[in-house]
Amino acid sequence: MITRKNLVHGIGLLIMAVLPLAAEAAGEPFLTTVASRVLIYALVAVSLDLILGFGAMVSFGHGAFFGIGAYVVGILTHHSYEATAIAFLPGDWTGTTAALIQWPMAMLVAGVFALIIGAMCLRTTGVYFIMITLAFAQMLYFFMTSLPTYGGQDGLNLWERSTLPFLDMYDDTQFYYVTCALLVAFMAFARRLVRSRFGMVLRGCKQNETRMAALGFPVYRYKLAAFVIAGMGAGLAGALAANHTEFVGPGLMHWTRSGEIMIMVILGGMGTIFGPVLGAATLLMMEETLSGFTEHWMVFLGPFLVFVVLFARRGLYGWLVGTEADDGG
Amino acid sequence: MAADPILEISGLTKHFGAVRAADDLTFSVERGQIHALIGPNGAGKSTAIGQLSGEIRPDGGRISFDGRDITHMPTYRRARKGLQRSYQITSLFPDFTAEDNVAMAIQAQQGHSFRFWTRARTDETLREPARAVLKRVGMEDKADLKVTELAHGEQRQLELAMTLANAPSMLLLDEPMAGMGRRETQGMMEILRPLKGEVTVLLVEHDMDVVFALADVISVLVKGSVLMTGTPDAVRDDAEVRRAYLGDD
Repeated sequence: MITRKNLVHGIGLLIMAVLPLAAEAAGEPFLTTVASRVLIYALVAVSLDLILGFGAMVSFGHGAFFGIGAYVVGILTHHSYEATAIAFLPGDWTGTTAALIQWPMAMLVAGVFALIIGAMCLRTTGVYFIMITLAFAQMLYFFMTSLPTYGGQDGLNLWERSTLPFLDMYDDTQFYYVTCALLVAFMAFARRLVRSRFGMVLRGCKQNETRMAALGFPVYRYKLAAFVIAGMGAGLAGALAANHTEFVGPGLMHWTRSGEIMIMVILGGMGTIFGPVLGAATLLMMEETLSGFTEHWMVFLGPFLVFVVLFARRGLYGWLVGTEADDGG
Repeated sequence: MAADPILEISGLTKHFGAVRAADDLTFSVERGQIHALIGPNGAGKSTAIGQLSGEIRPDGGRISFDGRDITHMPTYRRARKGLQRSYQITSLFPDFTAEDNVAMAIQAQQGHSFRFWTRARTDETLREPARAVLKRVGMEDKADLKVTELAHGEQRQLELAMTLANAPSMLLLDEPMAGMGRRETQGMMEILRPLKGEVTVLLVEHDMDVVFALADVISVLVKGSVLMTGTPDAVRDDAEVRRAYLGDD
Protein backbone atom coordinates (compact mmCIF):
# COMPACT_ATOMS: atom_id res chain seq x y z
CA MET A 1 0.00 0.00 0.00
CA ILE A 2 1.39 3.42 -0.94
CA THR A 3 1.11 5.72 2.02
CA ARG A 4 3.17 8.79 2.81
CA LYS A 5 5.07 6.77 5.38
CA ASN A 6 5.91 3.90 3.02
CA LEU A 7 6.94 6.40 0.37
CA VAL A 8 9.37 8.12 2.75
CA HIS A 9 10.76 4.78 3.90
CA GLY A 10 11.09 3.54 0.33
CA ILE A 11 12.89 6.65 -0.90
CA GLY A 12 15.14 6.62 2.14
CA LEU A 13 16.15 3.00 1.60
CA LEU A 14 16.64 3.62 -2.12
CA ILE A 15 19.01 6.52 -1.43
CA MET A 16 20.94 4.35 0.99
CA ALA A 17 21.13 1.55 -1.57
CA VAL A 18 22.39 3.55 -4.55
CA LEU A 19 24.51 6.20 -2.80
CA PRO A 20 27.98 4.76 -3.54
CA LEU A 21 27.03 4.22 -7.18
CA ALA A 22 25.76 7.79 -7.44
CA ALA A 23 28.88 9.12 -5.74
CA GLU A 24 31.02 7.20 -8.18
CA ALA A 25 29.02 8.42 -11.16
CA ALA A 26 29.25 12.02 -9.93
CA GLY A 27 32.99 11.71 -9.62
CA GLU A 28 32.93 12.32 -5.86
CA PRO A 29 33.82 8.88 -4.46
CA PHE A 30 34.84 10.31 -1.07
CA LEU A 31 31.12 10.89 -0.46
CA THR A 32 30.84 7.16 0.15
CA THR A 33 33.16 7.46 3.13
CA VAL A 34 31.16 10.41 4.45
CA ALA A 35 27.97 8.40 4.02
CA SER A 36 29.47 5.45 5.92
CA ARG A 37 30.11 7.78 8.84
CA VAL A 38 26.50 8.95 8.69
CA LEU A 39 25.23 5.36 8.78
CA ILE A 40 27.45 4.48 11.75
CA TYR A 41 26.05 7.40 13.72
CA ALA A 42 22.59 6.52 12.50
CA LEU A 43 23.06 3.07 14.04
CA VAL A 44 24.02 4.43 17.44
CA ALA A 45 21.17 6.98 17.24
CA VAL A 46 18.61 4.28 16.42
CA SER A 47 19.84 2.28 19.40
CA LEU A 48 19.38 5.32 21.65
CA ASP A 49 15.91 5.86 20.20
CA LEU A 50 14.87 2.46 21.55
CA ILE A 51 15.24 3.67 25.13
CA LEU A 52 14.86 7.44 24.67
CA GLY A 53 12.02 7.48 22.20
CA PHE A 54 10.13 4.35 23.19
CA GLY A 55 10.99 4.03 26.87
CA ALA A 56 11.44 7.70 27.89
CA MET A 57 14.83 6.82 29.38
CA VAL A 58 16.83 9.98 28.76
CA SER A 59 20.29 8.45 28.80
CA PHE A 60 22.98 11.10 28.56
CA GLY A 61 25.73 8.50 28.55
CA HIS A 62 25.04 6.52 25.41
CA GLY A 63 28.46 7.50 24.05
CA ALA A 64 30.00 5.23 26.69
CA PHE A 65 28.71 2.08 24.96
CA PHE A 66 29.70 3.47 21.57
CA GLY A 67 33.21 3.99 22.92
CA ILE A 68 33.35 0.58 24.57
CA GLY A 69 32.49 -1.10 21.26
CA ALA A 70 35.25 0.86 19.56
CA TYR A 71 37.79 0.04 22.27
CA VAL A 72 37.01 -3.69 22.08
CA VAL A 73 37.98 -3.62 18.40
CA GLY A 74 40.93 -1.35 19.10
CA ILE A 75 42.33 -3.49 21.91
CA LEU A 76 41.88 -6.81 20.10
CA THR A 77 43.57 -5.43 17.01
CA HIS A 78 46.35 -3.85 19.05
CA HIS A 79 47.28 -7.17 20.68
CA SER A 80 46.88 -9.07 17.45
CA TYR A 81 49.26 -6.65 15.72
CA GLU A 82 51.85 -6.70 18.49
CA ALA A 83 51.31 -10.42 19.14
CA THR A 84 51.11 -9.78 22.87
CA ALA A 85 48.73 -11.48 25.29
CA ILE A 86 45.77 -9.52 26.61
CA ALA A 87 46.89 -8.92 30.18
CA PHE A 88 43.51 -8.66 31.85
CA LEU A 89 42.18 -11.86 30.33
CA PRO A 90 43.21 -15.32 31.54
CA GLY A 91 45.32 -17.36 29.17
CA ASP A 92 47.56 -15.94 26.49
CA TRP A 93 45.08 -14.95 23.79
CA THR A 94 46.67 -12.36 21.55
CA GLY A 95 43.46 -10.92 20.17
CA THR A 96 42.20 -11.15 16.62
CA THR A 97 41.25 -9.01 13.67
CA ALA A 98 38.36 -11.22 12.57
CA ALA A 99 35.21 -9.12 12.49
CA LEU A 100 33.04 -12.14 13.22
CA ILE A 101 34.73 -12.37 16.61
CA GLN A 102 35.49 -8.69 17.21
CA TRP A 103 32.06 -7.27 16.50
CA PRO A 104 29.98 -9.72 18.54
CA MET A 105 32.49 -9.20 21.35
CA ALA A 106 32.07 -5.44 21.06
CA MET A 107 28.31 -5.92 21.44
CA LEU A 108 28.72 -8.35 24.30
CA VAL A 109 31.09 -6.18 26.30
CA ALA A 110 28.98 -3.06 25.69
CA GLY A 111 25.95 -5.11 26.80
CA VAL A 112 27.64 -6.21 30.02
CA PHE A 113 28.59 -2.62 30.83
CA ALA A 114 25.03 -1.51 30.01
CA LEU A 115 23.73 -4.17 32.38
CA ILE A 116 25.91 -2.98 35.25
CA ILE A 117 25.45 0.75 34.62
CA GLY A 118 21.75 0.39 33.82
CA ALA A 119 21.11 -1.69 36.93
CA MET A 120 22.26 1.25 39.02
CA CYS A 121 20.94 4.14 36.92
CA LEU A 122 17.45 2.71 36.52
CA ARG A 123 16.90 2.93 40.27
CA THR A 124 16.48 6.64 39.61
CA THR A 125 14.20 8.58 37.30
CA GLY A 126 13.95 11.99 35.68
CA VAL A 127 16.82 14.43 36.06
CA TYR A 128 18.66 12.05 38.37
CA PHE A 129 18.69 9.42 35.66
CA ILE A 130 20.08 11.91 33.14
CA MET A 131 22.82 13.00 35.52
CA ILE A 132 23.86 9.54 36.67
CA THR A 133 24.11 8.13 33.14
CA LEU A 134 26.23 11.16 32.28
CA ALA A 135 28.39 10.55 35.34
CA PHE A 136 29.05 6.90 34.45
CA ALA A 137 29.99 7.81 30.89
CA GLN A 138 32.40 10.47 32.13
CA MET A 139 33.91 7.96 34.54
CA LEU A 140 34.68 5.63 31.64
CA TYR A 141 36.00 8.56 29.63
CA PHE A 142 38.46 9.50 32.36
CA PHE A 143 39.35 5.88 32.94
CA MET A 144 40.38 5.41 29.31
CA THR A 145 42.12 8.80 29.33
CA SER A 146 44.35 7.64 32.16
CA LEU A 147 45.07 4.16 30.83
CA PRO A 148 48.48 4.42 29.11
CA THR A 149 48.45 0.77 27.98
CA TYR A 150 45.84 1.66 25.38
CA GLY A 151 47.04 5.10 24.44
CA GLY A 152 45.48 7.10 27.26
CA GLN A 153 44.54 10.53 26.06
CA ASP A 154 46.16 10.01 22.66
CA GLY A 155 44.03 7.03 21.84
CA LEU A 156 44.98 3.98 19.86
CA ASN A 157 45.69 3.63 16.16
CA LEU A 158 43.98 0.73 14.50
CA TRP A 159 46.82 -0.84 12.52
CA GLU A 160 44.48 -3.06 10.60
CA ARG A 161 40.77 -2.96 9.90
CA SER A 162 38.60 -5.90 10.94
CA THR A 163 38.66 -8.71 8.45
CA LEU A 164 35.55 -10.29 6.97
CA PRO A 165 35.48 -13.41 4.80
CA PHE A 166 35.00 -12.63 1.07
CA LEU A 167 34.93 -8.88 1.71
CA ASP A 168 37.56 -6.19 1.62
CA MET A 169 36.99 -3.68 4.41
CA TYR A 170 39.53 -1.34 2.84
CA ASP A 171 37.27 -0.94 -0.16
CA ASP A 172 35.10 2.11 0.63
CA THR A 173 32.09 0.81 -1.26
CA GLN A 174 32.21 -2.60 0.41
CA PHE A 175 32.68 -0.95 3.80
CA TYR A 176 29.64 1.19 3.09
CA TYR A 177 27.44 -1.76 2.19
CA VAL A 178 28.50 -3.74 5.25
CA THR A 179 27.59 -0.76 7.44
CA CYS A 180 24.35 -0.24 5.54
CA ALA A 181 23.34 -3.89 5.92
CA LEU A 182 24.00 -3.84 9.66
CA LEU A 183 22.02 -0.61 10.08
CA VAL A 184 19.04 -1.91 8.13
CA ALA A 185 19.15 -5.20 10.03
CA PHE A 186 19.21 -3.36 13.36
CA MET A 187 16.33 -1.12 12.28
CA ALA A 188 14.29 -4.14 11.22
CA PHE A 189 15.03 -5.73 14.59
CA ALA A 190 14.11 -2.50 16.42
CA ARG A 191 10.83 -2.26 14.55
CA ARG A 192 9.99 -5.83 15.38
CA LEU A 193 10.96 -5.20 18.98
CA VAL A 194 8.80 -2.13 19.59
CA ARG A 195 5.76 -3.91 18.18
CA SER A 196 6.24 -7.03 20.28
CA ARG A 197 4.88 -7.63 23.76
CA PHE A 198 8.19 -6.47 25.12
CA GLY A 199 7.94 -3.28 23.09
CA MET A 200 4.39 -2.63 24.28
CA VAL A 201 5.63 -2.86 27.88
CA LEU A 202 8.40 -0.39 27.06
CA ARG A 203 5.96 2.01 25.45
CA GLY A 204 3.57 1.59 28.36
CA CYS A 205 6.35 2.57 30.77
CA LYS A 206 6.99 5.68 28.72
CA GLN A 207 3.38 6.77 29.02
CA ASN A 208 2.53 5.74 32.56
CA GLU A 209 4.99 3.74 34.59
CA THR A 210 2.91 3.84 37.77
CA ARG A 211 0.02 2.20 36.01
CA MET A 212 2.29 -0.46 34.51
CA ALA A 213 3.34 -1.51 38.01
CA ALA A 214 -0.26 -1.42 39.21
CA LEU A 215 -1.22 -3.76 36.36
CA GLY A 216 1.43 -6.24 37.48
CA PHE A 217 4.52 -5.48 35.38
CA PRO A 218 7.93 -5.56 37.09
CA VAL A 219 8.90 -2.47 35.09
CA TYR A 220 12.53 -2.32 36.25
CA ARG A 221 13.43 -5.60 34.55
CA TYR A 222 11.94 -4.58 31.24
CA LYS A 223 13.59 -1.18 31.26
CA LEU A 224 16.93 -2.76 32.11
CA ALA A 225 16.59 -5.27 29.28
CA ALA A 226 15.88 -2.43 26.85
CA PHE A 227 18.86 -0.49 28.20
CA VAL A 228 21.12 -3.49 27.55
CA ILE A 229 19.79 -4.01 24.01
CA ALA A 230 20.37 -0.32 23.25
CA GLY A 231 23.88 -0.56 24.70
CA MET A 232 24.64 -3.53 22.45
CA GLY A 233 23.48 -1.61 19.38
CA ALA A 234 25.76 1.26 20.35
CA GLY A 235 28.62 -1.22 20.84
CA LEU A 236 28.21 -2.50 17.29
CA ALA A 237 28.21 1.07 15.96
CA GLY A 238 31.38 1.70 17.97
CA ALA A 239 33.06 -1.31 16.39
CA LEU A 240 32.26 0.10 12.96
CA ALA A 241 33.40 3.60 13.97
CA ALA A 242 36.79 2.24 15.03
CA ASN A 243 37.18 0.68 11.60
CA HIS A 244 35.98 3.77 9.81
CA THR A 245 38.47 6.19 11.33
CA GLU A 246 41.11 3.49 12.02
CA PHE A 247 41.50 5.14 15.37
CA VAL A 248 40.02 4.69 18.85
CA GLY A 249 40.17 7.45 21.44
CA PRO A 250 38.48 8.41 24.68
CA GLY A 251 36.75 11.25 22.81
CA LEU A 252 34.21 8.66 21.61
CA MET A 253 32.95 8.45 25.19
CA HIS A 254 33.03 12.15 25.99
CA TRP A 255 29.74 13.64 27.11
CA THR A 256 29.61 15.91 24.07
CA ARG A 257 29.46 12.75 21.95
CA SER A 258 26.52 11.47 23.99
CA GLY A 259 24.92 14.88 23.50
CA GLU A 260 25.39 14.71 19.73
CA ILE A 261 23.77 11.28 19.59
CA MET A 262 20.85 12.59 21.61
CA ILE A 263 20.51 15.60 19.30
CA MET A 264 20.37 13.25 16.31
CA VAL A 265 17.46 11.38 17.86
CA ILE A 266 15.55 14.51 18.85
CA LEU A 267 16.21 16.27 15.56
CA GLY A 268 15.16 13.27 13.49
CA GLY A 269 12.17 12.31 15.63
CA MET A 270 12.00 10.36 18.87
CA GLY A 271 10.23 7.03 18.90
CA THR A 272 10.24 6.60 15.13
CA ILE A 273 13.29 4.36 14.38
CA PHE A 274 13.63 6.00 10.94
CA GLY A 275 13.87 9.50 12.36
CA PRO A 276 17.28 9.10 14.03
CA VAL A 277 18.77 8.14 10.65
CA LEU A 278 17.48 11.43 9.25
CA GLY A 279 18.77 13.20 12.34
CA ALA A 280 22.23 11.70 12.00
CA ALA A 281 22.37 12.61 8.31
CA THR A 282 21.19 16.17 8.93
CA LEU A 283 23.52 16.86 11.83
CA LEU A 284 26.61 15.44 10.15
CA MET A 285 25.81 17.16 6.85
CA MET A 286 25.45 20.47 8.70
CA GLU A 287 28.77 19.82 10.37
CA GLU A 288 30.38 18.90 7.06
CA THR A 289 29.16 21.98 5.19
CA LEU A 290 29.00 24.65 7.89
CA SER A 291 32.31 23.86 9.55
CA GLY A 292 33.87 24.92 6.24
CA PHE A 293 32.69 28.47 6.94
CA THR A 294 33.29 28.67 10.66
CA GLU A 295 34.46 26.43 13.44
CA HIS A 296 31.55 27.79 15.50
CA TRP A 297 29.07 26.02 13.23
CA MET A 298 27.03 24.92 16.24
CA VAL A 299 25.78 28.52 16.38
CA PHE A 300 23.54 27.52 13.48
CA LEU A 301 22.66 24.15 14.91
CA GLY A 302 21.25 25.64 18.14
CA PRO A 303 18.46 27.74 16.62
CA PHE A 304 17.69 25.00 14.09
CA LEU A 305 17.28 22.45 16.85
CA VAL A 306 15.05 24.79 18.88
CA PHE A 307 12.96 25.39 15.77
CA VAL A 308 12.50 21.68 15.09
CA VAL A 309 11.69 20.86 18.72
CA LEU A 310 9.13 23.66 18.92
CA PHE A 311 7.37 23.08 15.62
CA ALA A 312 7.67 19.38 14.88
CA ARG A 313 6.36 16.92 17.41
CA ARG A 314 8.22 14.03 15.81
CA GLY A 315 11.19 15.94 14.44
CA LEU A 316 12.14 15.95 10.78
CA TYR A 317 10.55 12.55 10.33
CA GLY A 318 7.26 13.96 11.58
CA TRP A 319 7.45 16.69 8.94
CA LEU A 320 7.98 14.20 6.17
CA VAL A 321 5.51 11.58 7.26
CA GLY A 322 2.76 13.62 8.92
CA THR A 323 0.31 12.06 11.35
CA GLU A 324 1.34 8.52 10.44
CA ALA A 325 4.55 9.14 12.38
CA ASP A 326 2.59 8.90 15.60
CA ASP A 327 2.33 5.19 16.00
CA GLY A 328 4.93 2.47 16.23
CA GLY A 329 2.29 -0.06 15.06
CA MET B 1 -22.11 -13.43 58.43
CA ALA B 2 -19.27 -15.93 58.50
CA ALA B 3 -15.99 -14.15 59.17
CA ASP B 4 -13.76 -14.84 56.18
CA PRO B 5 -11.65 -11.74 55.69
CA ILE B 6 -9.67 -11.52 52.44
CA LEU B 7 -7.90 -8.36 53.55
CA GLU B 8 -6.78 -7.53 57.07
CA ILE B 9 -5.17 -4.25 58.00
CA SER B 10 -3.81 -3.77 61.47
CA GLY B 11 -2.11 -0.82 63.10
CA LEU B 12 -1.19 0.86 59.83
CA THR B 13 0.51 4.23 60.31
CA LYS B 14 1.74 6.78 57.80
CA HIS B 15 2.87 10.31 58.47
CA PHE B 16 3.49 13.05 55.94
CA GLY B 17 5.35 15.54 58.08
CA ALA B 18 2.92 16.45 60.85
CA VAL B 19 -0.08 15.05 59.00
CA ARG B 20 -1.25 11.65 60.14
CA ALA B 21 -2.63 10.10 56.97
CA ALA B 22 -2.96 6.72 58.67
CA ASP B 23 -3.04 6.54 62.45
CA ASP B 24 -3.28 3.00 63.80
CA LEU B 25 -5.61 2.17 60.91
CA THR B 26 -7.25 -1.20 61.55
CA PHE B 27 -10.07 -2.90 59.69
CA SER B 28 -10.75 -5.97 57.59
CA VAL B 29 -12.70 -6.66 54.44
CA GLU B 30 -14.87 -9.77 54.12
CA ARG B 31 -14.56 -11.91 51.02
CA GLY B 32 -17.16 -11.13 48.37
CA GLN B 33 -18.42 -7.93 49.94
CA ILE B 34 -18.43 -4.37 48.73
CA HIS B 35 -16.81 -2.48 51.55
CA ALA B 36 -17.01 1.31 51.32
CA LEU B 37 -14.54 3.69 52.86
CA ILE B 38 -15.97 7.13 53.48
CA GLY B 39 -14.78 10.17 55.35
CA PRO B 40 -14.12 13.89 54.99
CA ASN B 41 -11.38 15.23 52.72
CA GLY B 42 -7.97 14.49 54.15
CA ALA B 43 -9.20 11.56 56.22
CA GLY B 44 -6.61 9.34 54.54
CA LYS B 45 -8.77 7.35 52.14
CA SER B 46 -6.50 7.61 49.10
CA THR B 47 -3.44 7.07 51.29
CA ALA B 48 -5.04 3.86 52.54
CA ILE B 49 -5.60 2.68 48.95
CA GLY B 50 -2.02 3.62 48.07
CA GLN B 51 -0.66 1.58 50.96
CA LEU B 52 -2.81 -1.41 50.08
CA SER B 53 -1.66 -1.32 46.45
CA GLY B 54 1.96 -0.92 47.52
CA GLU B 55 2.60 2.48 45.99
CA ILE B 56 2.91 4.15 49.39
CA ARG B 57 5.17 2.52 51.96
CA PRO B 58 3.60 2.51 55.42
CA ASP B 59 5.63 3.65 58.44
CA GLY B 60 4.30 0.78 60.50
CA GLY B 61 1.58 -1.83 60.77
CA ARG B 62 0.68 -4.92 58.81
CA ILE B 63 -1.40 -5.72 55.75
CA SER B 64 -2.37 -9.26 54.95
CA PHE B 65 -4.14 -10.36 51.80
CA ASP B 66 -5.58 -13.82 51.34
CA GLY B 67 -3.78 -15.00 54.48
CA ARG B 68 -0.38 -13.74 53.35
CA ASP B 69 1.60 -10.78 54.69
CA ILE B 70 1.96 -8.31 51.82
CA THR B 71 3.14 -5.28 53.82
CA HIS B 72 6.45 -5.12 51.98
CA MET B 73 5.48 -6.77 48.72
CA PRO B 74 6.11 -4.63 45.61
CA THR B 75 3.12 -3.28 43.73
CA TYR B 76 3.44 -5.52 40.67
CA ARG B 77 3.41 -8.69 42.76
CA ARG B 78 0.29 -7.62 44.64
CA ALA B 79 -1.34 -7.00 41.27
CA ARG B 80 -0.36 -10.49 40.14
CA LYS B 81 -1.92 -11.94 43.28
CA GLY B 82 -5.24 -10.49 42.17
CA LEU B 83 -5.26 -7.19 44.05
CA GLN B 84 -6.04 -4.56 41.43
CA ARG B 85 -6.59 -0.84 41.87
CA SER B 86 -8.12 2.03 39.95
CA TYR B 87 -7.15 5.67 40.23
CA GLN B 88 -9.09 8.72 41.32
CA ILE B 89 -7.31 10.78 38.68
CA THR B 90 -7.66 8.78 35.46
CA SER B 91 -4.42 6.91 34.85
CA LEU B 92 -4.32 5.40 31.37
CA PHE B 93 -1.95 5.09 28.41
CA PRO B 94 -2.88 8.22 26.46
CA ASP B 95 -1.13 7.34 23.17
CA PHE B 96 -2.88 3.99 23.00
CA THR B 97 -6.39 3.06 21.93
CA ALA B 98 -8.99 1.82 24.40
CA GLU B 99 -8.37 -1.74 23.26
CA ASP B 100 -4.59 -1.33 23.61
CA ASN B 101 -5.11 -0.18 27.18
CA VAL B 102 -7.13 -3.23 28.17
CA ALA B 103 -4.81 -5.53 26.19
CA MET B 104 -1.96 -4.17 28.29
CA ALA B 105 -3.81 -5.21 31.43
CA ILE B 106 -4.40 -8.69 29.97
CA GLN B 107 -0.75 -8.99 28.97
CA ALA B 108 0.33 -8.18 32.52
CA GLN B 109 -1.15 -11.43 33.75
CA GLN B 110 -0.12 -13.72 30.89
CA GLY B 111 3.30 -14.64 32.20
CA HIS B 112 6.40 -12.64 31.36
CA SER B 113 6.60 -10.22 28.46
CA PHE B 114 10.14 -11.03 27.34
CA ARG B 115 8.73 -11.85 23.94
CA PHE B 116 10.47 -9.89 21.27
CA TRP B 117 9.23 -11.21 17.98
CA THR B 118 5.48 -11.57 17.49
CA ARG B 119 3.51 -8.40 17.00
CA ALA B 120 1.36 -7.71 20.07
CA ARG B 121 -1.39 -5.72 18.34
CA THR B 122 -2.44 -8.64 16.17
CA ASP B 123 -2.11 -11.24 18.92
CA GLU B 124 -5.63 -12.58 19.42
CA THR B 125 -4.76 -14.09 22.79
CA LEU B 126 -4.55 -10.47 23.97
CA ARG B 127 -7.04 -8.73 21.74
CA GLU B 128 -9.95 -11.14 22.04
CA PRO B 129 -10.17 -10.97 25.86
CA ALA B 130 -9.57 -7.22 25.68
CA ARG B 131 -12.60 -6.79 23.43
CA ALA B 132 -14.66 -8.95 25.77
CA VAL B 133 -13.82 -6.71 28.71
CA LEU B 134 -14.65 -3.57 26.73
CA LYS B 135 -18.00 -5.14 25.86
CA ARG B 136 -18.65 -5.81 29.51
CA VAL B 137 -18.32 -2.11 30.33
CA GLY B 138 -20.33 -1.12 27.26
CA MET B 139 -17.44 0.30 25.24
CA GLU B 140 -17.14 -2.21 22.40
CA ASP B 141 -17.78 0.49 19.81
CA LYS B 142 -14.99 2.69 21.24
CA ALA B 143 -12.26 0.04 21.00
CA ASP B 144 -10.25 1.78 18.29
CA LEU B 145 -10.47 5.29 19.72
CA LYS B 146 -7.42 6.75 21.35
CA VAL B 147 -7.72 7.59 25.03
CA THR B 148 -7.45 11.29 24.21
CA GLU B 149 -10.51 10.97 21.96
CA LEU B 150 -12.69 9.50 24.71
CA ALA B 151 -15.10 11.55 26.83
CA HIS B 152 -14.34 11.87 30.52
CA GLY B 153 -16.99 9.34 31.50
CA GLU B 154 -15.65 6.85 28.97
CA GLN B 155 -12.14 7.28 30.32
CA ARG B 156 -13.50 6.47 33.78
CA GLN B 157 -15.16 3.34 32.38
CA LEU B 158 -11.90 2.33 30.72
CA GLU B 159 -10.08 2.92 34.00
CA LEU B 160 -12.43 0.41 35.60
CA ALA B 161 -12.24 -1.98 32.66
CA MET B 162 -8.47 -2.28 33.13
CA THR B 163 -8.88 -3.35 36.74
CA LEU B 164 -11.54 -5.89 35.74
CA ALA B 165 -9.53 -7.33 32.87
CA ASN B 166 -7.93 -10.19 34.75
CA ALA B 167 -10.69 -11.52 36.97
CA PRO B 168 -9.09 -9.97 40.08
CA SER B 169 -9.98 -11.37 43.48
CA MET B 170 -10.13 -7.90 44.98
CA LEU B 171 -10.56 -4.38 43.62
CA LEU B 172 -9.42 -1.16 45.23
CA LEU B 173 -11.57 1.52 43.62
CA ASP B 174 -10.50 5.07 44.34
CA GLU B 175 -13.52 7.27 43.58
CA PRO B 176 -14.66 5.53 40.40
CA MET B 177 -17.40 8.13 39.91
CA ALA B 178 -15.09 11.14 40.19
CA GLY B 179 -16.24 13.95 37.91
CA MET B 180 -19.13 11.98 36.40
CA GLY B 181 -22.64 13.23 35.68
CA ARG B 182 -25.85 11.59 36.96
CA ARG B 183 -26.37 9.39 33.94
CA GLU B 184 -22.77 8.28 33.74
CA THR B 185 -22.85 7.45 37.43
CA GLN B 186 -25.92 5.29 36.84
CA GLY B 187 -24.10 3.50 34.03
CA MET B 188 -21.11 2.85 36.27
CA MET B 189 -23.39 1.46 39.00
CA GLU B 190 -24.76 -1.02 36.49
CA ILE B 191 -21.22 -2.23 35.89
CA LEU B 192 -20.34 -2.46 39.56
CA ARG B 193 -23.53 -4.05 40.87
CA PRO B 194 -23.05 -7.47 39.24
CA LEU B 195 -19.64 -7.68 40.91
CA LYS B 196 -21.35 -8.17 44.24
CA GLY B 197 -20.52 -11.60 45.56
CA GLU B 198 -18.08 -12.24 42.71
CA VAL B 199 -15.29 -9.85 43.55
CA THR B 200 -14.38 -8.23 46.82
CA VAL B 201 -14.37 -4.47 46.50
CA LEU B 202 -12.93 -1.74 48.68
CA LEU B 203 -14.69 1.36 47.45
CA VAL B 204 -13.66 4.93 48.22
CA GLU B 205 -16.42 7.23 47.04
CA HIS B 206 -17.76 10.70 47.80
CA ASP B 207 -21.17 10.18 46.23
CA MET B 208 -23.23 8.96 49.20
CA ASP B 209 -26.09 7.73 47.02
CA VAL B 210 -23.65 5.39 45.34
CA VAL B 211 -22.16 4.24 48.61
CA PHE B 212 -25.50 3.49 50.26
CA ALA B 213 -26.79 1.76 47.14
CA LEU B 214 -23.80 -0.54 46.64
CA ALA B 215 -22.03 -1.13 49.92
CA ASP B 216 -22.56 -4.13 52.20
CA VAL B 217 -20.38 -2.59 54.90
CA ILE B 218 -19.17 0.95 55.45
CA SER B 219 -16.15 2.13 57.40
CA VAL B 220 -15.97 5.78 58.35
CA LEU B 221 -12.47 7.19 58.31
CA VAL B 222 -11.55 10.31 60.27
CA LYS B 223 -7.98 11.61 60.65
CA GLY B 224 -6.39 8.39 59.56
CA SER B 225 -8.31 5.94 61.72
CA VAL B 226 -11.64 4.15 61.60
CA LEU B 227 -14.37 5.92 63.52
CA MET B 228 -16.87 3.12 63.04
CA THR B 229 -17.70 0.20 60.80
CA GLY B 230 -21.22 -1.05 60.17
CA THR B 231 -24.03 -1.69 57.73
CA PRO B 232 -25.25 1.27 55.67
CA ASP B 233 -28.29 1.63 57.99
CA ALA B 234 -26.17 1.61 61.12
CA VAL B 235 -23.78 4.20 59.69
CA ARG B 236 -26.62 6.41 58.52
CA ASP B 237 -28.17 6.38 62.00
CA ASP B 238 -24.97 6.90 63.99
CA ALA B 239 -24.92 10.26 65.72
CA GLU B 240 -21.14 10.51 65.85
CA VAL B 241 -20.81 9.87 62.14
CA ARG B 242 -23.39 12.50 61.42
CA ARG B 243 -21.44 14.99 63.47
CA ALA B 244 -18.10 14.10 61.89
CA TYR B 245 -19.11 13.77 58.34
CA LEU B 246 -22.63 13.58 57.07
CA GLY B 247 -23.81 16.88 58.57
CA ASP B 248 -26.50 17.43 61.17
CA ASP B 249 -29.46 18.08 58.91
